[in-house]
Amino acid sequence: MTMPISKRIIFYVLLFITGFIVFAPTLMALVMSFMSNKDIMTGSFPTMLSFDNYVKAFGQFPLLKYLFNSFIISALIMLGQLILSSLAAYAFVFLEFKGRDLLFYLFIATMMVPFEASIIPNFHTIRDLGWIDKYEGLSIPFFALAFGTFLLRQNFKQIPKELREASQIAGMGDFKFYLSVVLPVSRTSLLTLGVYGFLTSWNMYLWPLLATTNDSVRTVQIGLKQLQTQEQLNDWGVIMAGAIIVVIPTLILLFISQNKLQKGLTEGALK
Amino acid sequence: MSLENIVIQDAQIGQINFEQVKKRQRAKSFIKGMLFLLPSIILFSIFLFYPLGRTIYLSFFLTNAAGETTVFIGWQNYVNLFTSPIFMQSMKSTFLFVLYTVPFTIIISLFLAMIANEKLKGIGFFRTVYSSTMGISVAAASVFWLYLFHPSIGLLNMILETLGIDGIGWLTDPDWALFAVSITTIWMNIGFTFLILLGGLQSIDSYLYESADIDGAGYFYKVRRITIPMLSPTLFFVVTVTIINAFQTFGQIDILTQGGPVNSTNLVVYSIYREAFVNYKFGSASAQAVLLFIIILIMTFLQFKFGERKVHYQ
Amino acid sequence: MGQIDLINISKSYDKQKSVLNEINLSIEEGEFFVLVGPSGSGKSTLLRMIAGLEDITAGKLKINDKVVNHIPPKDRNLSMVFQNYALYPHLSVEQNILFGLNAKKVDKKEQRRRLTETAKMMGLSELLKRKPRELSGGQRQRVALARSVVSEAPLCLMDEPLSNLDAKLRAHMRIEIRRLQRRLGLTMVYVTHDQVEAMTMGDRIMVLNDGKIQQVGKPITLYNEPANLFVASFIGTPKMNLGKAVFNGNQSQLIVENVLNIQVDPIQDDIPRNENVTIGIRAEHIFPGTNNFTTHHLEVVNVEHLGNETSIAFDIGSELWTAKWPGQWDITVGDVVPVHINIENLCFFDSKTGLLIKSAKAGKKQEVVLV
Repeated sequence: MTMPISKRIIFYVLLFITGFIVFAPTLMALVMSFMSNKDIMTGSFPTMLSFDNYVKAFGQFPLLKYLFNSFIISALIMLGQLILSSLAAYAFVFLEFKGRDLLFYLFIATMMVPFEASIIPNFHTIRDLGWIDKYEGLSIPFFALAFGTFLLRQNFKQIPKELREASQIAGMGDFKFYLSVVLPVSRTSLLTLGVYGFLTSWNMYLWPLLATTNDSVRTVQIGLKQLQTQEQLNDWGVIMAGAIIVVIPTLILLFISQNKLQKGLTEGALK
Repeated sequence: MSLENIVIQDAQIGQINFEQVKKRQRAKSFIKGMLFLLPSIILFSIFLFYPLGRTIYLSFFLTNAAGETTVFIGWQNYVNLFTSPIFMQSMKSTFLFVLYTVPFTIIISLFLAMIANEKLKGIGFFRTVYSSTMGISVAAASVFWLYLFHPSIGLLNMILETLGIDGIGWLTDPDWALFAVSITTIWMNIGFTFLILLGGLQSIDSYLYESADIDGAGYFYKVRRITIPMLSPTLFFVVTVTIINAFQTFGQIDILTQGGPVNSTNLVVYSIYREAFVNYKFGSASAQAVLLFIIILIMTFLQFKFGERKVHYQ
Repeated sequence: MGQIDLINISKSYDKQKSVLNEINLSIEEGEFFVLVGPSGSGKSTLLRMIAGLEDITAGKLKINDKVVNHIPPKDRNLSMVFQNYALYPHLSVEQNILFGLNAKKVDKKEQRRRLTETAKMMGLSELLKRKPRELSGGQRQRVALARSVVSEAPLCLMDEPLSNLDAKLRAHMRIEIRRLQRRLGLTMVYVTHDQVEAMTMGDRIMVLNDGKIQQVGKPITLYNEPANLFVASFIGTPKMNLGKAVFNGNQSQLIVENVLNIQVDPIQDDIPRNENVTIGIRAEHIFPGTNNFTTHHLEVVNVEHLGNETSIAFDIGSELWTAKWPGQWDITVGDVVPVHINIENLCFFDSKTGLLIKSAKAGKKQEVVLV
């Protein structure tokens, strides 16, 4: 199964070129975040590198506060999605009751309703609940997740039915079985879904833009937009420093869990 | 113990009414099932189904700035939309945007997934690089490309100028803006699409390739006869997701172009946002949202109707 | 007093597809009872109904003379061993064994006592801290058995527990399970598709096919007096040789599959003279012919040398018949060998209904000898 050397060279050349192109914007932003404004404006190669831009970004904007908010909101959404999706998936796999299939189709149907098409009433709901500028308003609407339910359902289906039956004979109830067997057995896919939920929540844009009006719960994405609108004309180094701060947590998370994420998402995507 | 109890009761009754017991058990299991599903169902109802209905309702009204309905005007919001050159432009841009982004995202990601699926040393590094754009948020990605597209100090125009070509007004020229936004979007999509397609490729049994090797099949023959057919369910999924995402594009527009120049990048979700939260015309915005919903519904339906037939499931 | 009684038990899905039909059966206390049948015969469904994992569509199920149709599995006081063992992958052997006791909130001290005792009995004492994936197939099987033993339930249900083991281990575990059952005085209901397992382990066997009881009885009875053609061909290795047979004009000869003529005393009256008769003969009853006793010469189409015995196949019309001769025979394919077939060794079945008309005499004699 070894590849001839000529073929291997072709692949490596392709890999390096495409890899460079895909990574270039990120790399460029990273380099720029350490460059002086003068070098950027004149388009020269960096003559000196410093943390000045980061110092400025943190000094001029409550970036730490934004990071903290994003972290809280993403963690809340992640937990909410894990709990709700795993409960629902359990019902679809291990419980038999009238109307189950109908409800399953209802869950599928939710995938066809784009959140963007229902932001107007949702905005009003949040406003009427007094959840504008609150963590609840930014997290709770995203707790129920059809995709997560399918992904976990797929995984729970691989748990042998006999495990449930053995626990039935031992006299164990459904909720206890869910807690003490199903969740520990499928921790890998829970982790996958958790990472996915955290990533997508961290990167949310439209909803935090609408549901925050001040810095108290504003997320780092909206912070970055503000940084950009206010600094646009003069200081690209600071903007890039802000952008790098925004992407570092998710990139690290992605690098750590890339393999699991890939397997998990493929499983969930294809029944 | 409980066995004894039940039996004693039964003995007193004499005859056990199985039907009733069964009915009670069925009711119990229904309640149990609902308890597990209730959290999801409640949230779906509040934040998905109710808003959907409410949006349709709102689309037949004029509203005040707080979003309360004032005058019922029937289909007038829809009539206005279809006679509005701005909305028609928005629709045209949206469809063009889908047409630009979806095929290129898929083709590029598929290519990357295929070269990253070879068993080579250090392949893990390249996989990480390719999937990296998934970890980059809309806001950050847009900022990256905002600089790249910058007319005077942007990297792209600098490169063009050193090559002796005049700089392009990437985001200021109505002929280029949509194209520029599409490039940004394709770049952002690559990470996720790549990851899913790579997963699809890896789930193809290697014995298929081994038996093709024994038959002496070439690389491209194997791609055409094994890879693509076996990958078709994954491709099908990825195409559907990419199309739906393209229709829901918002962040890139908000940061890169704000819908301009001359509305050439005023994609439908951005248009809804502007109508509702800048102009406070919730009725008209709702009508647009309803149209968006219908378009996505039709797209998914067409996908399933025509896509699924060609898909090869194992 | 029968420990388990099934009275007119039926099972159907969606009110149409009938899986089990009017099953009537009593399983005695302390008995090793085997349910055997091909896949899809409904044997597992029947077991799961006894366990309470499957609804009973019609009929009554009694355990210890009490109707238990509506009682959940946990209150039936039974244990069950599954085909895939159903071990919890995230729990250690010890936690797996104690799973049921924990769920039933048995006193901790009592748990320890039973654990030590059971682990010792099953030879698992050294493995208690391991996870199931670190065990061999045989060890997993033992853990599954231990889980059942530790529950101290008087009734144990097993669903093809040995089918995932290799042949050697399977033979060994057969003996172990049988010993365990005797030692603990368990009432055992054991499901298998393997008739060798059924024959070697069961006190009594029930053969099930297409959701209907074919025959219930002791292993030897099933072997010697199969109630119908299905049981005849299902029980025993190799299966009973069968062939359609007619009598000639003067009733002096039985012609099997148009090729094999067997002499019959025309006035002997305990031979069924029906028109549509199928005869069956066990492989060990097709004897090697000697100078004095040779009834037929047959061409050999296949030979299997097993060392202690030799298995020889012949074409009889459209059927392939097998003979089993003790010892080693120097025979090759194509040889014509003399054989001895005695009318006494024939079973007679009605071709239309498949039911047994008359069983072999010789077999019965043998049984007497054995007893």
